[in-house]
Amino acid sequence: MTEGILFDVKRYAVHDGPGIRTTVFLQGCPLACRWCHNPESQAMSPEDPVRTDGTEAVGRRVGVEEVMAEIERDVPFYDESGGGVTFSGGEPLAQPEFLAAVLDHCGRHAIHRAVDTCGYAPRQTLLEIARRTDLFLYDLKVIDPRRHAEWTGVDNEPIHANLAALCETEVRIELRMPVVPGITDTDANLRQLVALVEALPRRPPLRLLPYHRAAMDKHRRFGLHIPLPDTPEPSEEHLREIRRILTSSEIMVVP
Amino acid sequence: MNERVQRLRQKSYETPVTLSAERAKWITEFYRENIGRYSAPVMRARAFAWLVEHQTLYLGDDELIVGERGPRPKAVSTFPELTCHSADDLRILSTREKTPYKVTDADIELYEREIIPFWRGRTMRERIFQGLPGEWKDAYEAGIFTEFMEQRAPGHTTLDGKFYARGLRDFQADIGEAIEGLDFLNDPEATAKREELRAMHVACDAVIRFAERHAELADARAAEETRPERREELERIAAACRRVPAHAPRTFREALQMYWFMHLGTITELNGWDAMNPGHLDRYFYPFYRRDLDAGELTEEEARELLQCFWIKFNNHPAPPKVGVTAEESGTYNDFTNINLGGILPDGGDGVNALSYMMLEVMDAIHLLQPQGNIQLSRKNPDRFLKAACRVIRKGYGYPSVFNADGVVEQMLRSGKRIEDAREGGTSGCVETGAFGKEAYILTGYLNVPKILEITLNNGLDPHTGKRIGLETGDPCALRSFDELLEAFQRQLRHFVDIKVAGNQFIEQMYAARMPAVFLSVLIDDCIRNGKDYNAGGARYNTSYIQCVGIGTITDSLSAVRTHVYDGGALSMADLLGALADDFASDPEMRARLAGETPRYGNDDDAADAIMRRVFDMLLDVIDGRSNTRGGKYHVDMLPTTCHIYFGSVLGATPDGRRAGKPTSEGISPVQGADRRGPTAVVKSAAKMDQLRTGGTLLNMKFLPSVLAGEEGLTKLGQLVRTYFRMDGHHMQFNVVDAETLRDAQRHPEQYRHLIVRVAGYSDYFCDLGRALQDEIIARTAQGEMGAGGPAAADSFPLRPCGPSI
Repeated sequence: MTEGILFDVKRYAVHDGPGIRTTVFLQGCPLACRWCHNPESQAMSPEDPVRTDGTEAVGRRVGVEEVMAEIERDVPFYDESGGGVTFSGGEPLAQPEFLAAVLDHCGRHAIHRAVDTCGYAPRQTLLEIARRTDLFLYDLKVIDPRRHAEWTGVDNEPIHANLAALCETEVRIELRMPVVPGITDTDANLRQLVALVEALPRRPPLRLLPYHRAAMDKHRRFGLHIPLPDTPEPSEEHLREIRRILTSSEIMVVP
Repeated sequence: MNERVQRLRQKSYETPVTLSAERAKWITEFYRENIGRYSAPVMRARAFAWLVEHQTLYLGDDELIVGERGPRPKAVSTFPELTCHSADDLRILSTREKTPYKVTDADIELYEREIIPFWRGRTMRERIFQGLPGEWKDAYEAGIFTEFMEQRAPGHTTLDGKFYARGLRDFQADIGEAIEGLDFLNDPEATAKREELRAMHVACDAVIRFAERHAELADARAAEETRPERREELERIAAACRRVPAHAPRTFREALQMYWFMHLGTITELNGWDAMNPGHLDRYFYPFYRRDLDAGELTEEEARELLQCFWIKFNNHPAPPKVGVTAEESGTYNDFTNINLGGILPDGGDGVNALSYMMLEVMDAIHLLQPQGNIQLSRKNPDRFLKAACRVIRKGYGYPSVFNADGVVEQMLRSGKRIEDAREGGTSGCVETGAFGKEAYILTGYLNVPKILEITLNNGLDPHTGKRIGLETGDPCALRSFDELLEAFQRQLRHFVDIKVAGNQFIEQMYAARMPAVFLSVLIDDCIRNGKDYNAGGARYNTSYIQCVGIGTITDSLSAVRTHVYDGGALSMADLLGALADDFASDPEMRARLAGETPRYGNDDDAADAIMRRVFDMLLDVIDGRSNTRGGKYHVDMLPTTCHIYFGSVLGATPDGRRAGKPTSEGISPVQGADRRGPTAVVKSAAKMDQLRTGGTLLNMKFLPSVLAGEEGLTKLGQLVRTYFRMDGHHMQFNVVDAETLRDAQRHPEQYRHLIVRVAGYSDYFCDLGRALQDEIIARTAQGEMGAGGPAAADSFPLRPCGPSI
């Protein structure tokens, strides 16, 4: 029986793909982005959990059927809205067998499947998952390799190579970039982003995700040190400006 | 909004609410002079005619639609023939902190000198209380149920479109024919019918005369007017008031004025609950709008201005002030006029038209306390209509609320209505289903369902009053299973509903005999044809509703008892009862366990929701389908207004961990804060109730503004609603506000005078609400505050429910 480790399930998720969705957050992430919204999900094992309020383990071991029962609860909403399930994290590709098993179940029940990934995974894993997925939400953050390592803890070469490989498949892709002022929205980074996307075999649309400071409170609650104490949320005007810069290239920016 | 509308709106907003004794004075004078001279209906009609012939008229500068119930905007009439305020009542009304009604010393003196002495022993309220049995009074005083008709007349009624095609003179012709057709040879009721019909005729004359007086006033003003533009406006007002309501309107402006006179007539004659509802105004007004536009006699801008002026008239009419317990049930200036938009046409077509959108815009622009609006959303209505409504909802006024038009039709078909009548119907007041213009669907009072469980757990004794008011259903410690407890509860429920219904039957007959609503009867089919009053079963359909309150609280309470006492739980019934009796003072841990480790309603948890269904089925079993005295049936409604505050105040601690005196849950919403799995889980729990077998349910949702941001946020809100309605949900309404704003409003009310929030079936100024109600609204779960990626649960319930979590 395949088991996975979840750290949360959120119903009526409205920012994780088309329609009304249930987002299943898998525990554990190979990256450690310093602006992470869900820092409590980064630890790779539930046996070493971050604790909320000193009482509750975050990660939870569950079987495929259990998670399916939860996903299927909102089928009427998916039907009405063209929604479905999104696997996020953490990093869903970090639990490939479990993820593949749940995706297969969803496929048999005709539930739309999205996978929200940082792309940092073995190529084979990514392509195995892609065969079972309707939509990839693929994150691009800092394009310069050195700075990427600085902000996230890992090299981004495999992420970019994986994206190129994914573009050779049939799967729908939406690129996503967190707009973290002073980090991902610099002129240099935007320029490099455009160059990267334009060099891909196809050009998936890009969505901007404005950084929000709500995670600061979580960092505080989980006793994590606060990494970006002075970073503001990007203003509407600033977002419009970035959108303008990007649309002047060949990239389609999702509103 | 142009400058005229801005001035009118500002005036309506700023004018303080006052009480006017003028209606009381004229009615009292007429009764004193004519007592014993006429039959009840003719007495009512003639008193009404006397009043509207003599009352002070108001015609404000800037106004395009004219007529007020009182001598000026926001001067509220009293109805001493129903309930006569004491001088103390008036002084309290005048000086109380929340929702005061300023009363002049002269009016208080008039009350003391003439009005109070005349009505002593004669009011409906006194006669009703004299005639009700002791067991009814005990239950009423214990807060098992409330009674709507003790100080306001039967209401919640909505008019249809008939009087846009025919004027009151046409109705008088119908009345004449009905009198001609009376069969004195064979019909023992023929005499009574003739009295009723004659009274209707008099009432029509009265309203026509009332309009004529406005025409005369407008003429007089025009003669003095120096500004040519205003003079012309006054002349057009005079012309409209000569045309309607005697004859059918011909233009958009006349159609608006026509409705307004119908509204004033019905709310002046009696103070029926929920003032008067206009029904599907978008569809009634549309033909006039189209015709005038096509003829080049009206521009879109003029239409919008007229609608805005019309809208403001409703706000000039705060609810008549109440006395006693019902002040707590519903302490608000709102008189519950609720305008329906969209829906299904009688022939089955899509009811949305250009005016539906324009009226949503007017609602948004004016956003005063009254009137409130809703959309009747059918699967046939376009999504962009829903989205236009969501756009206004997102502004946070709490309206429009959203109703399932197809479900509303199914409810009415189930209760035996013709399909075209059902489609012409909709919802009024808070959420009540009815066939507009053809039905007397009367709310009779709220039922405190958790209180009945409390009485059951005390073997018939009310711990609050110490009186034995219920059945002795057995020592709860001796009940061996959860099913035995439910059985005891059901017996107790039937006992109290029997008392309530017996009281209702008496009160209904009191109104039928003594307090006919003769003008309203002209407007409701088939009162003329039947020669019978609206209050006496004259309408085509005659429904009585009992509104059940606290389904969330009782579900969670029963779930807690089952989990912790019966299903292998470690708690004994005796210990639980002990803890409830001392409000968990000696065992706060137990309270935490009961609240936190119980499957709770609102989380899509089948164990909890199955209990909800069982309780709901019991309510149907004891209420639905009973006969009233007007030839109709009883149905269940699931709405609270603000009664969950009052009901909570007479209720001790409950097994779900609720502290004594705290509000119960409202409508079919989960207990405040007990729903922790997002809006789809709430919707699924609520949809497990077979809502098609009710006459309305109320589901409150509170969203953080961020969840509804952007076009996508709107679309997804609409999809949430559509999904609920696919599952036969009846109604959903929204607060879009964060708790911090509301807390700040509590601290600095002066900065939040305009803040409107959804209460229950209606919206109100937050600062006008009592503290308990304010706190209750803050405690409701705000969707979007929990889960990954979102902000932390800043105002979450302190206890975690255990649901089907993974």
